[in-house]
Amino acid sequence: MNLLNHTPILILALPLLAAFLIPIIGKINKKATGIFATLVLGLSLILTIILAVKILSVGPQIYVFGAKSPLLTLPSSLKFPIRIMFQVDAMGIFMGLITALVSFLGAIYSLAFIDKKDGLDSYYSLLLLLTVSMFGMEFTGDLFNFFVFLEIASMASVSLICYRGTDLGEPVEAGFKYMVVSSIAALMVLFAIGIFYGEYDVLNIAAIASVIKYSQLDKIALGILVSVLAMKAGAVPMHMWTPDAYSEAPAPITMILVAASQASLYAIFRVVFSLYNITLNTLAVGWIIIIFGLLSMFIGVTMAIIQKDIKRLMAYHAISQTGYMLLGVGVGLAVLANPTALQRYGITAMEGGIFHIMNHAMYKGLLFLTAGALFFRTGTRDLNKMGGLAHYMKYTTIFFIIGAAAIAGLPPFNGFASKLLIYESVYKFNPLLSIIAMVVSILTLASFVKVFHSAFLGPKLPQFIEVKEVPRSMVFAMAVLSFIIIFFGLFPDLIVKNLVHPAVMSLIEQFKYTSTVLGGM
Amino acid sequence: MIGNFPYITVIIYIGCGIYILMFQKNLIKLAIGINLIENGINLFLITLGFKKGAVAPIYTQAPSGQSMVLPTPQALTLTSIVIGIATTALILSMAMMIYKHYGSIEVNEVRRLRG
Amino acid sequence: MKEMSRIVKIVTNFIYGFIIIFGFYIIAHGHLTPGGGFQGGAVVASAFAMLLISYGQLKAKKFLNINIFSLLESCGLTMFIVVAFLGLGTTFFYNFLANSGSWFGNMVIPGINPGDMNTAGVLPLMNIAVGLEVFAGLGIIVLLMADGAEYTKKKENAENDR
Repeated sequence: MNLLNHTPILILALPLLAAFLIPIIGKINKKATGIFATLVLGLSLILTIILAVKILSVGPQIYVFGAKSPLLTLPSSLKFPIRIMFQVDAMGIFMGLITALVSFLGAIYSLAFIDKKDGLDSYYSLLLLLTVSMFGMEFTGDLFNFFVFLEIASMASVSLICYRGTDLGEPVEAGFKYMVVSSIAALMVLFAIGIFYGEYDVLNIAAIASVIKYSQLDKIALGILVSVLAMKAGAVPMHMWTPDAYSEAPAPITMILVAASQASLYAIFRVVFSLYNITLNTLAVGWIIIIFGLLSMFIGVTMAIIQKDIKRLMAYHAISQTGYMLLGVGVGLAVLANPTALQRYGITAMEGGIFHIMNHAMYKGLLFLTAGALFFRTGTRDLNKMGGLAHYMKYTTIFFIIGAAAIAGLPPFNGFASKLLIYESVYKFNPLLSIIAMVVSILTLASFVKVFHSAFLGPKLPQFIEVKEVPRSMVFAMAVLSFIIIFFGLFPDLIVKNLVHPAVMSLIEQFKYTSTVLGGM
Repeated sequence: MIGNFPYITVIIYIGCGIYILMFQKNLIKLAIGINLIENGINLFLITLGFKKGAVAPIYTQAPSGQSMVLPTPQALTLTSIVIGIATTALILSMAMMIYKHYGSIEVNEVRRLRG
Repeated sequence: MKEMSRIVKIVTNFIYGFIIIFGFYIIAHGHLTPGGGFQGGAVVASAFAMLLISYGQLKAKKFLNINIFSLLESCGLTMFIVVAFLGLGTTFFYNFLANSGSWFGNMVIPGINPGDMNTAGVLPLMNIAVGLEVFAGLGIIVLLMADGAEYTKKKENAENDR
């Protein structure tokens, strides 16, 4: 029994088993729950890297549940697959690597950050369930399976946002808003899945992609799916839950929530590129995604400049950076039917958008972790009350400078690499979009200079006289993210050629997703 | 035309649910609104599997010689009902915690996060 | 919440055992008749809700213990995942007990049949695991909500007395 054949399911099943064992372990010893969760997430990260090496060298992997071999998709001469299966191609494993890294670092940071004594086992159990659901959303090849994992993610993240809700009322209000929004989003996704099932009698993404006819009902389903998944990803004008949810959650959970929002973004790309493959009117849908991106970029950054709460400011910046990803991939979608334009700038735009997903997870995670470190030592998130903290917290200051320079797009950090790809290719498509993107980047830099000045610079304040540096596990998590930011900034060519370009090609070559499962139909 | 009656009921359910979510201010009423949308979608899923003159898809002691309705949407609906229970329990628990902190469950009075 | 009158308590004492047995009947026959893990678990949890309502929250806390429910829930979940892992010889969730002659392993006659309980392999085990988890989980939800209601009522009464 070759265990490497079962890697796609072991990445999910081991954290799931650990999540169910943690309440039993928690009755014996409370501190062991955190260490156990961190070890299991580390094992998951190693397995994800092994699976990534296998996919990038061999090809997309399929894993079928409950069949006689992991690759048997069509049981006994039926025409369409009727089993639940995982189909991991280069784009899926790209998102899987982000999820694995972010969850592992979030668990390490939580070892020191969470100091409440009584709800600790449910915290780690929910963190593992959130990780499992994100992996499930990114690896699955079945539409209803995606819906189930989407609901698990929303429920686990709402419970984690309300983690401080026993003492304060604001996290519960933020969690309530997020639950109502997630609930409507998931129910509308189920409605669209019902439309697909009623028309074609299959639930598998590859099987629907091979028989889809783009009738009137399919157009309704496309509209519902794109708008509702953009609501879960935090695009304007459906972004109202994002500032509340990201600011009231504990800091490591906010980092994982950013990755969960990006999993919904991945779902938009999977639906538009692989599900409706050549029947789509790519110019119209591409322009709709570009408009979402432009609105998100601009409104996100203008609402961010005026904020006084540090995590709320960073949450608005998360909305703005999501706009960059939507802009890049939207330009790639709009020119998909035009081969010369695709070769000239379409592929580069998509590379920029998809590389920006990973860069954003890294530097936004680092910024949220530094905001969490400031909250841990000073007890406040208000920028007017903080000041002069660079004298006491030297490591946190350096990490904040790295994160702020990365988000503003300064070389040699990784934000510059992906933003340059987006600027150059979008300029050739339509110059006005690129100019708006550059103005948004300048406003991003302005707001982070404001945060740096008011939180870190200035004279030593008397009320912070006992503030020390944060504990070692938190510094370790922030240091790993900083190292990745600097490494991706110095060698972007390595990452784009080996990780991002196969992901973009697996989205653009639309028939490859179907033919992997149905064998050349 | 009479065969479209379940689908019209689905639209009425979802429409009532969305109306309640837009215009009501009590948190418990919002929970009821989400529950109504959920019931509408479950009804939609079950109606998709219907065949005229068919029986329930159970093999144990079934009448012979008749076709059966499609069983797959029934599995999807069951999963959706389970998720609905968890969602309702979570929303009602959060409404109770908001009442514990603020003493009121009207949306105008408990809102503290602005901007 | 206050306890209810004597008639309600006598009827509850008589009937909650039958509801629990009926719930376990629905869980155990899930692969033959309508029902299964979740439905049976919900019926059993409704018996606990009936006990809670008719005896009031203070008295019911003595014989419905949250720690035992939590332990049962974790055991149910772990059993489900471990049974899924045991099929890893072929794939995850593989039904390695069906049509094999051992536990729950009789051959299934395709088509309409009077229903043999000894069939369908791994499915009854997973039904039992899910049923255990569901009734423990729903029991915890009902007990904690009753706790919360009691706490807010005490706070309201304390404020009204001031």
